[in-house]
Amino acid sequence: MPSAPPEAQARLSYRDAVREAIRCALRGDPRTFLMGEDVGRYGGSYAVSKGLLEEFGDERIRDTPLSESAFVGAGIGAALAGLRPIVEVMTVNFSLLALDQIVNNAATLSHMSGGQLNVPVVIRLATGAGRQLAAQHSHSLEGWYAHIPGLRIAVPATIDDARYMLAAALESPDPVLLFEHLYLYNMEGSLTPGIERVDLEHAAIRRPGRDVTLITYGWSLYKCLEAATTLASEGIQAEVLDLRTLRPLDDATIVSSVRRTRHAVIVDEGWRSGSLSAEVTTRLVEQAFYELDAPVARVCTAEVPVPYAKHLEETALPSAARIASAVREMLTRGGSA
Amino acid sequence: MSAGTEVALTREHGLELLREMMRIRGFEDRCYQLYGEAKIRGFLHLYNGEEAVAVGAMRALRPGDAIVSTYREHGHALARGIPMNKIMAELFGRQTGCSRGRGGSMHIFDASRRFYGGNAIVAGGLPIAAGLALAQQLQRQSDITACFFGDGAVAEGEFHETLNLASIWKLPVLFLCENNLYAMGTALERAQAETDIAAKARAYRIESTAVDGMDVSSVEHAVNNAADKIRNQGGPAFLEMRTYRFRAHSMFDPQLYREKSEIEAWRKKGPIVTLTTRMKALGLMTEEDYRRLEDDAASEIDAAVQFADSSPWEPAADLERFVYAERAS
Repeated sequence: MPSAPPEAQARLSYRDAVREAIRCALRGDPRTFLMGEDVGRYGGSYAVSKGLLEEFGDERIRDTPLSESAFVGAGIGAALAGLRPIVEVMTVNFSLLALDQIVNNAATLSHMSGGQLNVPVVIRLATGAGRQLAAQHSHSLEGWYAHIPGLRIAVPATIDDARYMLAAALESPDPVLLFEHLYLYNMEGSLTPGIERVDLEHAAIRRPGRDVTLITYGWSLYKCLEAATTLASEGIQAEVLDLRTLRPLDDATIVSSVRRTRHAVIVDEGWRSGSLSAEVTTRLVEQAFYELDAPVARVCTAEVPVPYAKHLEETALPSAARIASAVREMLTRGGSA
Repeated sequence: MSAGTEVALTREHGLELLREMMRIRGFEDRCYQLYGEAKIRGFLHLYNGEEAVAVGAMRALRPGDAIVSTYREHGHALARGIPMNKIMAELFGRQTGCSRGRGGSMHIFDASRRFYGGNAIVAGGLPIAAGLALAQQLQRQSDITACFFGDGAVAEGEFHETLNLASIWKLPVLFLCENNLYAMGTALERAQAETDIAAKARAYRIESTAVDGMDVSSVEHAVNNAADKIRNQGGPAFLEMRTYRFRAHSMFDPQLYREKSEIEAWRKKGPIVTLTTRMKALGLMTEEDYRRLEDDAASEIDAAVQFADSSPWEPAADLERFVYAERAS
């Protein structure tokens, strides 16, 4: 085991971890550059890229005009030509203006060219609700993107993943979308000693438990962990599974956890209809139906455009209380708690 | 129209240009026929009438330059030097096609010739061209990116976003607008408040010229000049190629939107007839030369059809290959 780097002992924010990931990538590979709206002089809309312009110059830290389609497409083109662009789309909400490039080009070019082309672009997007930003700035559309073959979708929820997922994404010859929940940027923690790289293949068990599996990702991970703590005081041992990647989904880890706990609650900040939570549910039905002791339950965002007022937004989003209730209801009805 | 188009035409050069245009014309006519025979399916957009643009432009570009094209790209692909066999096999959906039957008529790719499609979303190729050019700029290459698109693309946001980006970043992109006057069936003046397309590029401070796209020599000359300017001074350039599509938009188009007389008038100034007449008048070629080029094209096309028709299908078991890169294990 290599000795832990000095930074591993220090406290750092999720934001610092992403910044350090970008800095390491830029230092380590001259093919890498960062571009997006206000990533340079402004320092990044969420201050992720603060200081990088001074360190790397404006050729590699590139401020773009407000032209999501043009600069995401330019990232795809530069990737086709052998570079390793990191494209920051300020938020997932604005990525809708670049959908043509992401869905029609990034996702298709390898297959449509019979394997002649690869698109090793990394697109970083802030996602999610919780900051009273109202409907147009609070989307969680990562599940939507996970629908698309040809894309890889990763969601760093921990400090370790914020620090190391970018390197894994840049190593991938395929287009990778990295969704950073805006609520997590200020979260502080420390890096796990000994971890220096992560993969984009596997889900992770963040808290072991025997009674129910809470399947989640992103900010909702912390709501699940909070719910698990509450439930533990009531004698219910909840396992918390962080999906980490939404495409591909790690069926093996999901199914093996649920086979042990025989109960699954899926917690997703996306809406429930036609959603990632529906996909996970279906896979459990397909692969673990006879091992379930109760129907799968879901805790998702209410089917409304996310509202502004604090009490309305909180009501709309998944919460630790709702998650805990869903678990209690499931175990009570199932009679196996 | 561009000035200084009177480049001295030699017999050898003129016959080369004519040969390329006749290959494309013959290829497209055969595709029309093969569609009727159900050998080719899906969408098929033919390039008849616009051959001078592809041939003139590709003559002026270099092998290291990157090319981005549209769904009406058979002519660009052939003029770029992609083997006719591979293109025809792709149209037949065969394993030996450029994209192993996964792309079809609208998605011809050849990475080795830096030919990046075959993009079937109008204006969707422009941002990619900007990215290819950005890579050339960052890698200090003298190569440029040539991006073909039609007049329909001018109405799309991606056109405006990309011209602006290319201009402020001084990207080495040559924008080649093939203005054939119709976006499918919608005439330019019914879709555009400003029908002077070259003027739109000037609004982004990009040097821009309108070119007689029916005259292959004018096209070659203009692309040469523009490419030189990009290589020497950096920054993008824009050429509006004024051309015309002789056939329908696709195989499902009864052409209700234009008069037969209009098509006939344009056919009279078609790129092949114009060059042939000019060369004959200058004593640079004979009717025999013309017949020989016609025969050569027909033989090549026959061989391509034979190749495509006898090629294997991609195994259905390989359906999911190439969705993600295949890593060496």
